[in-house]
Amino acid sequence: MYWNKPMETMDRQQMAELQSARLIQQVRRVYRQVPFYRESLQKAGLLPDEVGSIEDIGKLPFITKQDMRDNYPYGLFAVPLAEIVRLHASSGTTGKHTVVGYTSRDLGIWSEVMARTLTAAGASKQSFIQVAYGYGLFTGGLGVHYGAEAVGASVIPVSSGNTQRQIMLMKDFGTTLLACTPSYALYIAETMKEMGLSPQDLTLKAGVFGAEPWSERMRGEIEKALGIKAFDIYGLSEIIGPGVASECPCQNGLHINEDHFYAEIIDPVSGQILPHGEKGELVLTTLTKEGMPMLRYRTRDLAVLDSAPCDCGRTLIRMSKVLGRSDDMLIIRGVNVFPSQVESVLLGLGETSPHYQLIVDRADNLDNLTVLVEMTENMFSDEIRRLEVLEHKIEAELASALSVSAKVRLVSPKAIERSEGKAKRVIDKRMI
Amino acid sequence: MIIQQISVFVENRPGTLAEVLGVLKEHAINLRALSVADTADFGILRMIVNDPAKVERILRGAGYAVKATPVLTMTVADTPGGLLEKMESLSAAGINVEYVYAFAATSANEARVVIKVDNLERAARIVNGDATAAPVDAATGDVPGFYW
Repeated sequence: MYWNKPMETMDRQQMAELQSARLIQQVRRVYRQVPFYRESLQKAGLLPDEVGSIEDIGKLPFITKQDMRDNYPYGLFAVPLAEIVRLHASSGTTGKHTVVGYTSRDLGIWSEVMARTLTAAGASKQSFIQVAYGYGLFTGGLGVHYGAEAVGASVIPVSSGNTQRQIMLMKDFGTTLLACTPSYALYIAETMKEMGLSPQDLTLKAGVFGAEPWSERMRGEIEKALGIKAFDIYGLSEIIGPGVASECPCQNGLHINEDHFYAEIIDPVSGQILPHGEKGELVLTTLTKEGMPMLRYRTRDLAVLDSAPCDCGRTLIRMSKVLGRSDDMLIIRGVNVFPSQVESVLLGLGETSPHYQLIVDRADNLDNLTVLVEMTENMFSDEIRRLEVLEHKIEAELASALSVSAKVRLVSPKAIERSEGKAKRVIDKRMI
Repeated sequence: MIIQQISVFVENRPGTLAEVLGVLKEHAINLRALSVADTADFGILRMIVNDPAKVERILRGAGYAVKATPVLTMTVADTPGGLLEKMESLSAAGINVEYVYAFAATSANEARVVIKVDNLERAARIVNGDATAAPVDAATGDVPGFYW
């Protein structure tokens, strides 16, 4: 089942020609419209005309999350602000969000790629799609929502949370496809069990799960516990949100919607392009986006590309599941968290020490973040009450900076292990 | 009488209290009074020793978070209601008591307590007659009535 068969099964040569034409146009446009790109091309000694085909993409400089922060909020927009019809944002490393803007045509592209994603997972006009991703600045909820409407399915926009109600609605409304993070899918399955419900009590057939890394083992658990086929989807707000790549029924890699997003794998250290089949950092270029085009965005996600034909008939290149990060970003309940965000909160409080450690584990399929903070003479008090107030104050500041709740645990001075003079910042105990 | 109490931060896991006590033993420090207040994650070890400044130095040197806090000590009659009378006089004066713990006493007729209050000087005056009756010996730092 395809949503857009011509694009999804296009001959490779034709696809390269389409990508070339779109890249040439995109480079010229951003050179004209976005001072950042004009300067970065000039610095690289490159004229827009020197990009004559998709083969030339390696000549272009990269863009990073730092560039987005430096141009906060609207510096990278390539259209007049009046043309922007939607803003989304994701949390940044220093408390500042990274903002993305969509034109009405961009929203159309997003609906299109999400319609392909959902169709590949078996969705149709007859489907009931329950969107249990968060709605709001996070792109998960609205991204799936618009795609599901484009397919013509009945959309149930529950947003995340309130698990018992999620299950009741799935049962009463006859939900056939569930969209949420994979860890939340497992949590729903466990809650169902506690409520005495089995997969036979539901009409669920498939789920599209993403926004955080998950393993084949987790896929097996979800498929068994919910009695469904579980599809991995990939995306990031900087590029468009969910819909950059998604699995077909072969479940052997995620097809990248290459007519809109061009993918490369690079060596994260040297920046050299690596051949298909080698593991490296995924770099994405938006070929059609108008509001905020991204030329060679460094995702920091590690993956492998595979251009071999797929049994499903799609000719779109496939990326592996995300195999890790080339930076220290953590994904906790679908929210991006950087250790440096914790550091800036602690330093901002003044009295706390910069020695901290993040411990992430998963209980009942939900991620829990604990932040260990070393006690200092300044913070210490002979009264329990004052130390508890301090703990709660740090917790409140962290929750507001990270957009995810964290438990603070005060530990003895020097309790956090220093290796080579540098503390180990993150212990991830999650068995994904 | 107002004296310095030493507080130490200890994590709430097996062995942490023993570690602190081990350090004190190593330096031949005798504890006069001891109290532990704890939450699920951490505890505060509070103690009265004969040379608070030295103990503060030793524990800080051993890597602990330490704090010296002035607290009020007083003797009360070792009979039912002995402490009650003192506490009532403090509460009548609107003084907030943060915590109380008992002290090692030298006599069978008396008990000693340590109290942390929000207005130390005033509290000391209120319980006066008992707790501040015997001033600290300026030469030795000894407190009459205590057996160190």
